[in-house]
Amino acid sequence: MTSNNGLVAEKRDKKRREPISNTNLLLTITICTFICMYVLAMLIWGGGFLNPQQFLDIFNNNSFLIVIACGVTLVMIAGGIDISVGGITALVTMACVVYLDDHGGSVIGSVGLALGIGIAFGLVQGTLISYLEIQPFIVTLAGMFFAKGMTTIVSATPRTAAHEAFVALKESRIIIPGIGSYGKSGNFIPAKIEIGVVVAILIVIAVFAMLRWTRFGRNLYAVGGNRQSALMLGINVKRTSFYAYLVSGLLSGIGGYVYLLHTGAGNASNATTAEMQAIASAIIGGTLLTGGVGNIVGTLFGVLTLKTISNIVVASGLREPYWQSITTGLMLCFFIIIQSVILEIRNRGGIKLKLSEQIKVKAGKVESDLPS
Amino acid sequence: MVKGLKKLARSQLVFPLFALLLLVIFNLIRDPSFFSLSITTNNDGNTVLSGNLISILNGASELAIISIGMTLVTASSRGQDISVGAVAAIAGSVFVSVLRANEVTVPIMLLAFLASCVVAVIFSAFNGTLVAAFKIQPMIATLILFTAGRPIAYWINGGATPTVESPLLGNIGSFIPGIPIPTPIIIVIIFVLLVSLVLRFTNLGLYTQSVGINERSARLNGINTAWMKLLSFMILGVCVAIAGCIGVSRIGLINHETLLLDIEMDAILAVAIGGNSLGGGKFSLSGSVIGAYIIQALTITLYAMKVSSTAVKAYKAIVIIAIVVISSPVVKKYALMLRDKLVKRPTKVTENE
Repeated sequence: MTSNNGLVAEKRDKKRREPISNTNLLLTITICTFICMYVLAMLIWGGGFLNPQQFLDIFNNNSFLIVIACGVTLVMIAGGIDISVGGITALVTMACVVYLDDHGGSVIGSVGLALGIGIAFGLVQGTLISYLEIQPFIVTLAGMFFAKGMTTIVSATPRTAAHEAFVALKESRIIIPGIGSYGKSGNFIPAKIEIGVVVAILIVIAVFAMLRWTRFGRNLYAVGGNRQSALMLGINVKRTSFYAYLVSGLLSGIGGYVYLLHTGAGNASNATTAEMQAIASAIIGGTLLTGGVGNIVGTLFGVLTLKTISNIVVASGLREPYWQSITTGLMLCFFIIIQSVILEIRNRGGIKLKLSEQIKVKAGKVESDLPS
Repeated sequence: MVKGLKKLARSQLVFPLFALLLLVIFNLIRDPSFFSLSITTNNDGNTVLSGNLISILNGASELAIISIGMTLVTASSRGQDISVGAVAAIAGSVFVSVLRANEVTVPIMLLAFLASCVVAVIFSAFNGTLVAAFKIQPMIATLILFTAGRPIAYWINGGATPTVESPLLGNIGSFIPGIPIPTPIIIVIIFVLLVSLVLRFTNLGLYTQSVGINERSARLNGINTAWMKLLSFMILGVCVAIAGCIGVSRIGLINHETLLLDIEMDAILAVAIGGNSLGGGKFSLSGSVIGAYIIQALTITLYAMKVSSTAVKAYKAIVIIAIVVISSPVVKKYALMLRDKLVKRPTKVTENE
């Protein structure tokens, strides 16, 4: 009898000891996809892909995307969604250019303005979503349209910043020692990165640390995983999701400024599909749409994967701009379906485990009761 | 009489009608001749009606048709389709490419319309499959086509904005000779009649609602919930195809970037203004159609107030936020508490004494 029970327990333990958790599985898939893709690209197309500068250019061109994707990931881990990030980015670029050029602003002031716009959007959207319980998609959709409309109200025509101190900041590059390529005449060209990249990396590290080691970060997972049990554990669910939107707004403000540091221009068509790319990056990086599962490192690799695909599409001769959007859509579709299948398997497994355990416990009780 | 009034006050149409009334009064105060109709002769020599009222009714045609489909999708799948503009661009591209391949006659136009319908239904069915079979939230599932839809239309067109020179197409987009009402308005009337007949004589409406209200119990009662969701997306596909064809007919060319741009926002707004819950369940098609006309009236009013077309978005966003805040359950609860405080508290106090 006891040996039988022991066997059951042993079996149960074996079942529970999964080799890899779902989060890590999704993350591993992404990192493997990225590395395989990049190695293949190096082998097939060589040329540009072997140049370290081209790899760093993925960072240079998309540092703003990394920043706003971090915000979107936070919100998605908490079980919400934020599609206003692209609109806020455009609004921040335009507002900062107009402030710098027309109102004699300083660089510090423009940074403050960018952060202020981001925080204002985060505050309003967070309040509406968390405390008034309105669907996040509707609120942030309205936020996106409001930001885009406001951008054209601030200035209907595209503007380029001419502010001296700002342009100097924008033009400055950080040289990475030891890495570089040899030019046509044999001279060594060191690899360079922009200031935005440093900001993006710092934010990735900060958000990673926050998600892993702070109470707020762990609360986000709890709220996204199961709202009801988070509430019962004594977590302030509303305040947690409110802060998630606030941080997302703040990060899109920073993202907007990073975008401005890269292009130096304010334009209503800036970052038009950024929200979709940010969500796609988060999903590719293993953040579940239903919340509770996600990883910032995954999001970083999501952005890299997405942009490497675009580079490969261009390298393989499909230079028309629409191919990039179509491949983004296809990748999004592929990863969404993978997630859905994994979730389905996990749910089925969970239900089975619960049922069998209950039945076993009941059966064991009945059997042990009988002899006495 | 009082009973009738009470019933009216509880009806979900009361809010949209009130909003429409508010807009009309605002416009009449601003410009007393805002709604005046005049009979003019257009370039083709037809006697036609013109005026702001006609341009509101005419301009809202595509929106009204799409919001009907959007209402059904919202009711059954508890989410919205944000790829309608992109799918409309694809449908319009197919419509134009069939027309350009043949000489434009009435049968060819019907054929082109059918082709665009089939393509739009296929794309919507793709969305519907993701939602119904893979259980992905509708807005995320339709994000794929929202991103990739217009590029696909661009690809169908071969990167250009092809035009169709045909008086027949112009008839669909503007006026049929001899009839003073714009054709899109007539199409909307026919379509609304058709849909209301279908809802009257089939179980479609009931089944859609039951899936949206409680999916589990609907399934236990023998309704194929996945099929109902898929069906609602396919109906939306037909609506989108009709809207796309009207949009193309108006200007005689297909521009994949601008055709029905941002219509997804307007359609969601129309559903919300119509008093429908964006969380699914009970729906009222008439509310959504009224909502579509309210939005167009708002747009025309903003244009009349010299707001630029790109800035209209910002004002619409404020309106949608105001509406969702008013209809939010938390605000409703607080409003009820406030009313109780104002009305009931005094009587309670007297009882205690």
